[in-house]
Amino acid sequence: MTNTKSDTAFVEFERVQKSYDGENLVVKDLNLSMPKGEFLTMLGPSGSGKTTCLMMLAGFETATHGEIRLDGVSINHIPPHKRGIGMVFQNYALFPHMTVAENLSFPLEVRKMGKSIREEKVMRALSMVQMQDFAGRRPTQLSGGQQQRIALARALVFEPELVLMDEPLGALDKQLRETLQFEITHLAHELGITVVYVTHDQTEALTMSDRVAVFDDGRIQQLAPPDELYESPQNSFVAQFIGENNTLDGVVQEIKGNTCIVRLDSGDIIDAIPVNVSAVGDRTKVSIRPERVEFDKNRLKEGAHTLKAEVLEFIYMGDIFRTRLRVAGMDNFVIKSRNAPDQTRLVPGQQIEIGWLAQDCRALDA
Amino acid sequence: MTDTANSGPVLAADGRPLKASLNRALRRQKLRAMLLIAPLLIFIMITFVVPIGQMLFRSVENQIVSEVLPRTTQMLVEWDASSGEAPDNTFFAALTKDLMVAVEKKQHTRLGSRLNYETTGVSSLFRKSGRKVDDMGEGYTDQFVAFDPTWADPAFWADLMEAPSAAQALPQTTDAYNAFASTIMSEDDQDPRAEQPWHTVYLSLHQDLTADPAADFSGLPAEIAAAQAVAGGFAMDDLAAAYIDIDEDWGTVETWQTIQTYSSKFTNGYFLNAVDMQKSPDGAEWRPEDQQIYLTLFVRTMIMSMTITISCILLGYPVAWLLANLPMRQANLLMILVLLPFWTSLLVRTSAWKVLLQQQGVINDIVVWLGLVADDNRLALINNATGTIIAMTHILLPFMILPLYSVMKTIPPTYLRAAKSLGATNWTAFWRVYFPQSVPGIGAGSILVFILSIGYYITPEIVGGTKGVFISNRIAYHISSSLNWGLAAALGAILLAMVLLLYWAYDRIVGIDNVKLGG
Repeated sequence: MTNTKSDTAFVEFERVQKSYDGENLVVKDLNLSMPKGEFLTMLGPSGSGKTTCLMMLAGFETATHGEIRLDGVSINHIPPHKRGIGMVFQNYALFPHMTVAENLSFPLEVRKMGKSIREEKVMRALSMVQMQDFAGRRPTQLSGGQQQRIALARALVFEPELVLMDEPLGALDKQLRETLQFEITHLAHELGITVVYVTHDQTEALTMSDRVAVFDDGRIQQLAPPDELYESPQNSFVAQFIGENNTLDGVVQEIKGNTCIVRLDSGDIIDAIPVNVSAVGDRTKVSIRPERVEFDKNRLKEGAHTLKAEVLEFIYMGDIFRTRLRVAGMDNFVIKSRNAPDQTRLVPGQQIEIGWLAQDCRALDA
Repeated sequence: MTDTANSGPVLAADGRPLKASLNRALRRQKLRAMLLIAPLLIFIMITFVVPIGQMLFRSVENQIVSEVLPRTTQMLVEWDASSGEAPDNTFFAALTKDLMVAVEKKQHTRLGSRLNYETTGVSSLFRKSGRKVDDMGEGYTDQFVAFDPTWADPAFWADLMEAPSAAQALPQTTDAYNAFASTIMSEDDQDPRAEQPWHTVYLSLHQDLTADPAADFSGLPAEIAAAQAVAGGFAMDDLAAAYIDIDEDWGTVETWQTIQTYSSKFTNGYFLNAVDMQKSPDGAEWRPEDQQIYLTLFVRTMIMSMTITISCILLGYPVAWLLANLPMRQANLLMILVLLPFWTSLLVRTSAWKVLLQQQGVINDIVVWLGLVADDNRLALINNATGTIIAMTHILLPFMILPLYSVMKTIPPTYLRAAKSLGATNWTAFWRVYFPQSVPGIGAGSILVFILSIGYYITPEIVGGTKGVFISNRIAYHISSSLNWGLAAALGAILLAMVLLLYWAYDRIVGIDNVKLGG
């Protein structure tokens, strides 16, 4: 038993490592601390270690090294059924031989609660997810969305303070997924529970979470609120993984306070803010969001560097226009513009000049 | 939706009903499917359905008595056994006529064995009588020939019997002569015109001539009328006394009653026998205690099959669980070990158990060496029910493991994780969540093992001794040793009915669609 590190931390990972085969680390030196009531999403490509972290927290995998604490108490050696953590699984894992009510009643039964209390709690949990009318059904008689609601209700029915969700919406169609994202976040905030949510869908991560931990290669690449993550990615992995992103390769030519000048491989010069480049001469990947690129000279700052571009393709997407350009010798530079009455529609073959505000252009690690 | 409801059946584009169109489109497919399974279907019909059907038919079939003794059984219809008196000479006359033919055709011993299943001693009765039946009625022949030597002339007989009015005027004689003629032609390849008729023909002639003293034989040769005049004065053979002289059982009501009881073409006698009952004048009744064996055997077969099934579940479940949950490499190795017995001869495996289990065998030696059992008190592990259960559990274990494994393979491990995350201990998670989902596998395995063991033969035969044999061993005995196929068929039919009944019960309780053999 170790004493608490910080008073506000509810869930804490400290120097946690995990290896399955004794040769490769799936999770490398994970440090994470989250306060009570937070909705934290672990986001990352498959194989990045996010699910392993969740399983270690749930108790189904043991950490090879390091300590996991829940409410200040080390839970490394507590078996899963004593941790009192609710969990929603990817394929719902509703027991097929039990009715919906029996599924919900199961965690209460193993906690030896009386029948009347059980029934009351089951009905309350069902009404939380608007599924009161389905108590007598079997899971197989429900649609995917309904099953997911029941799985959620089952994870909440015994009133855990921490709920883990392992890609719970992965198998649902887009519309249902959006509805449920909304419902889950509302429910979590209403009940004040702490949620650790695992997904590989960045939209889901951005819309639902208080904070997002971006995983790659067994490490957290960045842990930040969604807006910060999108607008100020700390490295090129995060920049590329979150949202759409244009990348230009180059060398830092000059650093002046919080701006720098980058010479691209094509020889063009652009402005950027240095994020994790430290010295003149460093190679860098410059990242610009498509919607922050301007091609109307009047909107650009005086003296801003511009690049010549040729329009290759114009795609009408309804709310936005997506235009693919050839910039600095690269064919996959994308810009997005809002579909407004005064918006210019570019024509393939057209020669334009593009530019951006220096703060929207981030010079990241190469 | 609404327009189809209003305008009757849905029509295809060409105006025909859609259903008919669909059927026509599918007919080709169905035909092709039928062609594909046709070879197997025919094979199964010929090698499986027909023989089993025939075998089952034997359990009620009983034509031999009425076929071999047609005249006797016809007369016995009228006979009342409760009179307490054995039938008189007319019955023995009919018996003699039947036996003459039967002896020539060598059917009387088979009939004797058949009736011996019902009443012991009948077999020797028929054998002994068969040897002497040639002489029965000789007195009549002698008297007819003494009266007129023409009666000894085969050609005269043949001409007489060919006369158109003979059949009507001399019914018994014609009948007996025809039996004589056709029998010697078919059995001995002899010409009736060259052979003097059997004594039974003379016996019949005497019966015809004395039946009605006023009868008019004007359409027939004069010898008939002449014989009619003296026949009344002939000395009568006491056939009854002659038969009783051969075997006194002929004088008992019981013998005749047996023939009478089993003279119908179909009988439930085999089935009654198969459940330790027998026919009696008052209907079915239990056999004497010391003759009852089949019910005991049926019950033992059931109980031991259940024991074997339960042992298989207990031993097979953990193995199947391991198989389903181990990493691929180890699981494959284990699977080979499970399948290994299939690649070894059943006889070899059973014999191996004989070596292991006998009193001076490996297991007893080890237990004695360990000091768990005294040397003079070695365990009796073989030639009893224990031996059968041990050996059969081992042999049938794969049939339990494989269906269990294939069901367990489909239960995702997340269910157990989910249960544990909800607060269930390992045991509760297993018992409340995993086990119920594996029940279809247990069901499939149990049905397989139970049905296989209920009809098992070789293993109980080798290691079962007398206390560990099944009903199937008895069936095999009746098929190959006692040759009482009717009883074997009845026992088999009961066994089949029991299995179907259990299957039905299982379907009602668990549901047959819950049985999974894979996927």
